[in-house]
Amino acid sequence: MSVRRLDPHAERIRRNRLHPRHLEFARPAWRWVSREGVVRIDPHALGAIGPNGLKRIDRSGAAVEASPAAAASTSAEPARRQVVIDQPVGHVVVVPELPEGRLNDHDRDLFGLARQLADGRDLAVTAVVFRGGAAGFEDAGADRVVDLSAKVGDGYDPVSRLAALVDVEAVLSPQHWIFADSLPDGGDLGRRLAARLSLQNASQSASQDASGSVGDARPATRVWQLSDGQTLSRAGDRQDILRDVPRVMLALPECAEPVSETCHEARVIELATRGGELSSAANEVPASGVIDRGRVAVDPQEIPLAQAPFILSAGRGISDWEGYHHAARVLGASEGASRVAVDDGNMPRARQVGATGTFVSASCYIAVGISGAVQHLQGIARCQRVIAINNDPSCDMVKRADLALIADGDAVLAAVCERLGQPRDQTGSDGSWKDEESQHAAA
Amino acid sequence: MPQPEPQAIAKRPHGVKTAALVSSGRHPVSGRAGRAREDARAVEMGLALVGADLSLVHAGDPEQASLRESLEGYLGMYHGLDGGRPGDERDGQLSLLPLRAGEDAVAPLAAWLEQRGVRLALTGQRAECGEGSGMVGYLLAERLGWSIATGIAAIECCDEESVTVLQALPQGQRRRLEIRLPCLIAVDAVAEAPRQSAFGPARRGRIETVDDLLPADESRLDTGSADWRWQPARARPKRLKVVKSTNARDRFKAAAAKSSATGGQVLTDLSPEEAAEKLIDYLRAEKILAQDDQ
Repeated sequence: MSVRRLDPHAERIRRNRLHPRHLEFARPAWRWVSREGVVRIDPHALGAIGPNGLKRIDRSGAAVEASPAAAASTSAEPARRQVVIDQPVGHVVVVPELPEGRLNDHDRDLFGLARQLADGRDLAVTAVVFRGGAAGFEDAGADRVVDLSAKVGDGYDPVSRLAALVDVEAVLSPQHWIFADSLPDGGDLGRRLAARLSLQNASQSASQDASGSVGDARPATRVWQLSDGQTLSRAGDRQDILRDVPRVMLALPECAEPVSETCHEARVIELATRGGELSSAANEVPASGVIDRGRVAVDPQEIPLAQAPFILSAGRGISDWEGYHHAARVLGASEGASRVAVDDGNMPRARQVGATGTFVSASCYIAVGISGAVQHLQGIARCQRVIAINNDPSCDMVKRADLALIADGDAVLAAVCERLGQPRDQTGSDGSWKDEESQHAAA
Repeated sequence: MPQPEPQAIAKRPHGVKTAALVSSGRHPVSGRAGRAREDARAVEMGLALVGADLSLVHAGDPEQASLRESLEGYLGMYHGLDGGRPGDERDGQLSLLPLRAGEDAVAPLAAWLEQRGVRLALTGQRAECGEGSGMVGYLLAERLGWSIATGIAAIECCDEESVTVLQALPQGQRRRLEIRLPCLIAVDAVAEAPRQSAFGPARRGRIETVDDLLPADESRLDTGSADWRWQPARARPKRLKVVKSTNARDRFKAAAAKSSATGGQVLTDLSPEEAAEKLIDYLRAEKILAQDDQ
């Protein structure tokens, strides 16, 4: 038994905030539970007086700040949970596009969509790839990988790719097929497969029984959401279609969140042939009706600026405009300009890059003599690689650039032409672009 | 955009029967009925190839009020053909395959294409009204055993056996394809812009309703779409940048951080020659300039 005793002297000091020893007795709690059971916080009691005499409340967890390396390693990548599916009852096949041989964002979204379908049903997400060498399927969310690069060529050959996919269909008979709805690659292949499957379905149901679910093979195109076992796909004329999840889906970018919490196996599997069935199917493939005759050299100046893959852009720092045009021809780049260059009459208005001009999405953008106004930087926000050539090392374009060269723009362009073997004086006849082969290999 | 090699489009393929599959369109802003944009480009491509020999076909409900308005948009394009010689000005003719609600267009179109002996069919990639899945061309090609190519920007030349086309790729690139006839070509939105639809030719053009070409026992009903629910298109949600972190400080930092490119390389004190060398090295390392470039 304990009796709570009060010290009246201390009580008085505690009540009197002006008492010189007040803080000794009443170190005020900043957080307590009141008699009613409510948590109370006294903001005046929080914090500490900083070195400049101001009171500072530090909610930032200064301990985290103290060891930035440890903090970065823990916070940037939370550990992914490993998921292994040993004996799947079925497959959800994803056919990623792999532009430039790498998974892009659209592909990751497709895998996220596939995981939504596969998780909880013991299905395996299987990636079917037509070119080897791509990495990152574990983190993207693939349980199995089927590499068909041995069966199809490098070029554009939709017929043989379709035949390979029909083989996959025969062996795995997947629950769902997921393609990227982007023409002319994934969308084309997915529609070909859907047409083939629907024809097979129709002939089967005609020969056996009319009760077969023919509509099953009808693909959902431009799928943008999957919820509650139904897909939402965009139709024409401002309509959406809500329907049960079909076998073949062609999905738009951002159709699902990419996988971020789990890590998967990505085990490479071979297609088990069933008694030579595949080889016979491969022999049945007729000679392709579509023959790839290769890429065509396109005049970079004729490509719409918004789509151009490689842009050489000029601003106020350029004084030798003939040299600039020549450098664009030598490099095989499309021409762009800042607003100042356009206003000064050096470039046509259609070439202006930025908020009042064109928003460009080049894979490489070279800014010569452009300081980087906010409006211009907005216009190049989607460019993958930016190179700045400028006299002023403190300008905003240099901060944005992946590679910044602090030098005079005119002189550098002249030196580039010199080094590439086509100085301006020799080609005085102003050789047209057709004489040069298209030099940008960006796809 | 002008095509890179506007060479021999004038090569008239004699004897290759060409048709354009057209659909009714809708203006993206006003919602008014008219020609569909990609289909109009397909008709333009066909007119440039074979002139007034191009035949048009549409499968749809003949009772629909705005049908005549939509189809006249295509018929009005039959002008200024053959270098403007007055003798060759012929009016357009369009075959209308009547469909009732809930019927599928593929079977009648396939029957029509076979009956007319069409060997080259042009169309847009996707309809602007209805489902707009872009599947009609593929289903037709699969059914008839034809070749199909999508995203075509231009026809370079056409002869009895094959047609050479340019396919539009991303970033304004082009690929040349040779396609064996008979084939179906889906025209991309970057193809040559369609000529204006003129009032006179549109009024003079004839719309001929074709009798049912299908055998009586073939099912025309579109069974696949019975249980779909149609609803007005919703705006797609914008993806938020979600920072998955257990600690509030990181989430706050990610939300408040200005997006600044980091790791940019700044090279100072360069002579122009050195700068040019660095630039070329960088472009070659990123595979933007060809390696063997001299």
